[in-house]
Amino acid sequence: MKPFTYERADSPAAAAAAAARNPGSRFIAGGTNLLDLMKLQIETPPHLVDVTGLKLDRIDKTDDGGLRIGALVRNTDLAADDRVRRDYGVLSRALLAGASGQLRNMATTAGNLLQRTRCPYFYDTNMPCNKRTPGSGCSAIGGYSRQLAVVGSSGSCIATHPSDMAVAMRALDAMVETVRSDGSTRTIPIADFHRLPGETPHIDTNLAPAELITAVTLPKPLGGKHIYKKVRDRASYAFALISVAAVIGKDGKGRVTIGGVAHKPWRVDAADAQLPQGAKATAQALFADAKPTKDNAYKIPLVERTLGVVLAQAGAKS
Amino acid sequence: MASELEITRRGVLAGGAATAAMATTNPARAQMTNQTTPPPTVPVTLDVNGTSHTLNLDTRTSLLDALREHIKLTGTKKGCDQGQCGACTVLVDGKRINSCLTLAVMQQGKRIQTVEGLGTPDSLHPMQAAFVKHDGYQCGYCTPGQICSAVAVIAEIRAGIPSHVTPDLTAKPQLADAEIRERMSGNICRCGAYSNIVEAITEVAGAKA
Repeated sequence: MKPFTYERADSPAAAAAAAARNPGSRFIAGGTNLLDLMKLQIETPPHLVDVTGLKLDRIDKTDDGGLRIGALVRNTDLAADDRVRRDYGVLSRALLAGASGQLRNMATTAGNLLQRTRCPYFYDTNMPCNKRTPGSGCSAIGGYSRQLAVVGSSGSCIATHPSDMAVAMRALDAMVETVRSDGSTRTIPIADFHRLPGETPHIDTNLAPAELITAVTLPKPLGGKHIYKKVRDRASYAFALISVAAVIGKDGKGRVTIGGVAHKPWRVDAADAQLPQGAKATAQALFADAKPTKDNAYKIPLVERTLGVVLAQAGAKS
Repeated sequence: MASELEITRRGVLAGGAATAAMATTNPARAQMTNQTTPPPTVPVTLDVNGTSHTLNLDTRTSLLDALREHIKLTGTKKGCDQGQCGACTVLVDGKRINSCLTLAVMQQGKRIQTVEGLGTPDSLHPMQAAFVKHDGYQCGYCTPGQICSAVAVIAEIRAGIPSHVTPDLTAKPQLADAEIRERMSGNICRCGAYSNIVEAITEVAGAKA
């Protein structure tokens, strides 16, 4: 790990200002992803701003009947919250499908959104990777790509976003609240939060440098059946090969977001519209522009079959 | 023989590790020694098993390394050092975490409990006694992490925290075999003592096997 200086921030705006004063610095909260990457010298921040003292660890009702989840709410606490379990079951299920009990006790809501890819070439500092070292090339294209993206990828990067939580957040149309170093705040729809790789895969999100997430808000409860179905290589404690987050109404209408297939949680309006027609039509709309490799083409029929299971479980046409 | 020479297994291991560390040509380590400015340090006070320890640590020191290398509590083990194996599991304010993935400086003011704080050889914690009774290990390397995790698992189920295998999110989770297995998935046992570990936890939880 490279040496770094460390400070504790005492307000969100002060944290953003501290990050702006120290170029290349990182915020640290749970640390479960950042410290791992720092040990491998994939991340080499010269300065860390500890945000764990910012008291952003509450879950409150919003004026319009939704929930505001503080950026520092731990994954365990969010999954276990009675309101989340009752009204946003897809989110509880997604959180509980991710990581281990120890990691969920550490990982925060904002940090989960900011997880970096688990592409094996991103982790292997001996190999070219445009996400880790811009312009060095992509080793995954033509390499070992079984776990990687089938849609929304580019000639520069076929990494996937590893989060389960973010997939459910996308299905719920969550909003990300932030503060910038000048103290100004803004709200970013989750659909616009993560980026596709394009020619700049080293930039994962649309956050500005030193911009700090303060909360994630959920709209008022949607009703319907909430289902999160994760397919992975072992029964517990593994990243998704693919996952399906769905909220399905009695009439078969609803919304669906796919994890493990793209650089961001993958949701397509035209696919949501096809849900009443069943899994095949929905999957066709989801993957109309897919460019799988020969090693990960299996993900497309796997999503279709998993969607079939999800729709059957919801009591809708599968 | 061992008593004559007054060497302990622990001493041999510590000596061996030090020799190995000196012999490495780790580029990061070499770079550090060549630096003109020493790496930044911070004063840290840690409450471990009810005892306060004031240390001056390199900011990079993980809680795991602070416990093992500075406070000399070597019960907590370093396995993968990247949060995948669970050997480093400790309890912080009663919750289990991977001590390898947090900085010591971030744990100031928290109540840290390691396997040494659960029980002693003369007065074992019920979970330690159950692991012995049910043979919940072979080599024993993962055991301190397994035991800390197991103690927290029972508390989590009793607190009503759901898991991936909880059938109904709005109901209280049960102390069932499937629940214990799912919740212990962050603790890897290379010897494969899993079935005996589940039996030990089940007995302590007071549930039927």
